[in-house]
Amino acid sequence: MGIEGVGARVARKEDKRFITGAGRYVDDMVVPGMKHAAFVRSPYAHAQIKKIDVKAAQAMPGVIGVLTGKEIKADGIGNLICGWMIHSKDGTPMKMGAWSPLAFDKVRYVGDAVAIVVADTKGQARDAAEAVEVTYKELKSVTDASKAMNKGAPQIHPEAENNLIFDWDIGNADETEAAFKKAAHVVEMDIVNNRLVPNAMEPRAALGHYDKAEDHYTCWTTSQNPHVARLVMSAFYNVAPENKLRVIAPDVGGGFGSKIYIYPEEIVCLWASKKTGVPVKWVADRTESFLTDAHGRDHHSHCAMAFDKDYKILGFKVETKANLGAYMSLFSSATPTYLYATLLSGQYDIPAIHANVKAIYTNTAPVDAYRGAGRPEAAFNVERMLEVSARKFGISPAELRRRNFITSFPHQTPVIMNYDAGDFGASLDAAMKAADYDGFEKRRQKAKKAGKLRGIGFSCYIEACGIAPSAAVGSLGSGVGLWESAEVRVNAVGTIEVLTGSHSHGQGHETTFAQLVAQRLGVPIDQVSIVHGDTDKVQMGMGTYGSRSGAVGMSALSKALDKVEAKARKIAAHLMEADESDIVIENGACKVAGTDKNVPWFQVALAAYTAHNLPGGMEPGLKETAFYDPANFTFPAGCYICEVEVDPETGQTQVIQFVAADDFGNIINPMIVEGQVHGGVAQGIGQALLEGAHYDDSGQLLTASYMDYTMPRADDLPSFQVSTTSTPSPSNPLGLKGCGEAGAIGSPPAVINAITDAIGTEDITMPATPQKVWAALRASARN
Amino acid sequence: MSEVSLVVNGRRVGGTVEDRTLLVHFLREHVGLTGTHVGCDTSQCGACVVHVDGKAVKSCTMLAAQASGSTVVTIEGLADGAELHPVQAAFKEHHGLQCGFCTPGMIMTATDMIRRHPEGLDEATVREELEGNICRCTGYHNIVKAILAASKTMARSKGKAASKAKKAA
Repeated sequence: MGIEGVGARVARKEDKRFITGAGRYVDDMVVPGMKHAAFVRSPYAHAQIKKIDVKAAQAMPGVIGVLTGKEIKADGIGNLICGWMIHSKDGTPMKMGAWSPLAFDKVRYVGDAVAIVVADTKGQARDAAEAVEVTYKELKSVTDASKAMNKGAPQIHPEAENNLIFDWDIGNADETEAAFKKAAHVVEMDIVNNRLVPNAMEPRAALGHYDKAEDHYTCWTTSQNPHVARLVMSAFYNVAPENKLRVIAPDVGGGFGSKIYIYPEEIVCLWASKKTGVPVKWVADRTESFLTDAHGRDHHSHCAMAFDKDYKILGFKVETKANLGAYMSLFSSATPTYLYATLLSGQYDIPAIHANVKAIYTNTAPVDAYRGAGRPEAAFNVERMLEVSARKFGISPAELRRRNFITSFPHQTPVIMNYDAGDFGASLDAAMKAADYDGFEKRRQKAKKAGKLRGIGFSCYIEACGIAPSAAVGSLGSGVGLWESAEVRVNAVGTIEVLTGSHSHGQGHETTFAQLVAQRLGVPIDQVSIVHGDTDKVQMGMGTYGSRSGAVGMSALSKALDKVEAKARKIAAHLMEADESDIVIENGACKVAGTDKNVPWFQVALAAYTAHNLPGGMEPGLKETAFYDPANFTFPAGCYICEVEVDPETGQTQVIQFVAADDFGNIINPMIVEGQVHGGVAQGIGQALLEGAHYDDSGQLLTASYMDYTMPRADDLPSFQVSTTSTPSPSNPLGLKGCGEAGAIGSPPAVINAITDAIGTEDITMPATPQKVWAALRASARN
Repeated sequence: MSEVSLVVNGRRVGGTVEDRTLLVHFLREHVGLTGTHVGCDTSQCGACVVHVDGKAVKSCTMLAAQASGSTVVTIEGLADGAELHPVQAAFKEHHGLQCGFCTPGMIMTATDMIRRHPEGLDEATVREELEGNICRCTGYHNIVKAILAASKTMARSKGKAASKAKKAA
């Protein structure tokens, strides 16, 4: 692997700027003449806008302009859209209501943007926003998805009767019914996947700059996918044609899905810049982020699993209600469908599966993909069912899983996915060993003597990543292809720039992408620069989400390197008068295999650009581009074991140990991979124990600050024990599977399975706060 | 309006600011030191931690006017020229950061924590002392590791310096 190549634990190149305070985030950008924006937002969950009076605000100190929804509509700026078409089981297309970037007739959730104020300072903009007088007629609102479907519930969009966006099916209902008829055992359970707020530490921000001289717009924005932002703002929102719109996502302080989507604010800042004639910057405060960032999860499911007499799974039935909030966010329809129900087979050989998903509008913030996106919901359903079933049957949770594991590949599940590689037994074995599972009973007894309840829980998750083959997702309703692009520019003196459509917002691409180049060409990573996040520099790309940068983005880089190497070999062969097939590239030189003849890499590059002595007919230069469209999803999988101790007096749960054994296929940088697992597991433990977004009955978000929404802090978590097993992905040239989401997908069921093991009742919902655990203990003691 | 004058990273800076200007906004917008970040509105996240007169302070909890006359060190002033502070170096070596947004506050908190615990640190103490700093990327695992490592490095170099001084005396 070499000291900097694939597989090496290389310290990150990008760290220097972050640890010295030299990172450049959107809020750090300053453009000459720049002014500041504040949004006027609805205090009501559901209301008609009767009148907006901006006179008083316009007269406030420093105010440059106050703009409303009527004006944005008059200027032809389009509504926000959902880019993934889902058809209901009756064949009708999903019922998408209109989402204007600034509401002009009706507001549908607390935080809905109504007007923008632009002023000299941030403080003045906020003061003036307070002075915008909006007259509302409050309407009845609903925040609970089940209640929203009831007759007589408030109607949120005229397009969606009973607030039902789609009623979608996957799998075979008849076969699943038949499986249940012949079952020896059936286990049923209601399962809630709690609503979460992603909470990247950098709040969303946008800086819009309209350049009158060039009739051109630049948008600095906190985006995971700037090219998609440009495409959507251009093609659907009529902000500007693509050649007149540059989108830059500089250093971005975490995303976790919430920065995939194009939100009203960046559209409005660009438009407002043209209207007011000044560059307009908006930065969310934390409460704005809580109110308006796309939330995650919020599923209510009923699950039933059928087993034969030997506890082999025969069938799985799932009915899910998915709360999509007040508007359909960009990929909101894909999350509770193709990213969720396609993983309901888990790691198990299940002959028949049927799932029904109803997506529902409510008067809450839009809900979309959050780290894991659908797959945590699937894993939670499957892994809770397995654990609870094992307890009912009186066999060990590990044994029930082993009995049902898929053991040969490829394996076609009844819900679309074709698992191409895996070894589920290997990760289960590794995790049990690391957790000293055999010693658990002793530890439980010891804890009991100290008055504490110990529990241990498993989770054998699988996910589908590297999203995804374009033709496949197109056939399932995606409005875009999900390939990735890369360009390798070898400069005349041999240094290298890699331009990628992937975007790093913490993942460390500037290091890992350079490691692949170092591996292939033998040049030090310091000679390799990774360029990303700017539509003017990088050709079209699709961005980073779904753990795809390695499997898809680096595969594109690998393809581009193939082309660079092929040309370099030709040049070197010509320079050394050798046969092209004898040229090998290693240690920063092109060598004639089996001899000591070589041309250093920089001389090959120089020859390409001086073009004094190239093979006949060859074009000068050494720069190649590739687009890579994946052949399949990748299937990271693993086993997580969590051990907890519950204090029965207080209901407080302490995570004693957390073991992760993941199969990510090949790995570029183990240090970075471990970091991704740590972070994902922390978010999953957060979901299981601490986090939850709560609206009151009038639609006010009760958890809209860090005083109210419990973020995991250092003293809530243990150090983690992480390790990997490996079955390389056969579906991409590098054998990578992706590691960004696994931790958040696999960990919640492990934690809840451990708590329920400790307290002896299954009746607990996430987050398992001390109050809930205490109440569950008391209730089960009464029964 | 308030007149403020303070020393930031060894340089005297000052000016007239709105009374409501927080120290963090003064540093970011008036002095142009954007390494100090704002991650929340409620003094919970710790992305804005700087040192005021040698102590870690959330710069969103202090008015610029209150800091007038003080000596402030921000993340930009922590390294000794091109040489990283041991805490900065440890964060890099132990992968104690991912997106980098909470990192300046984490490093400033950690530096102060190590100073206040000359007896050394253990994992439980580090985790408890990080109560005021939120990170969403790392799960804290490598941050804790980095702080423990930096604490040891700094104790060693302090020991070396002390024995050198003793010899010289």
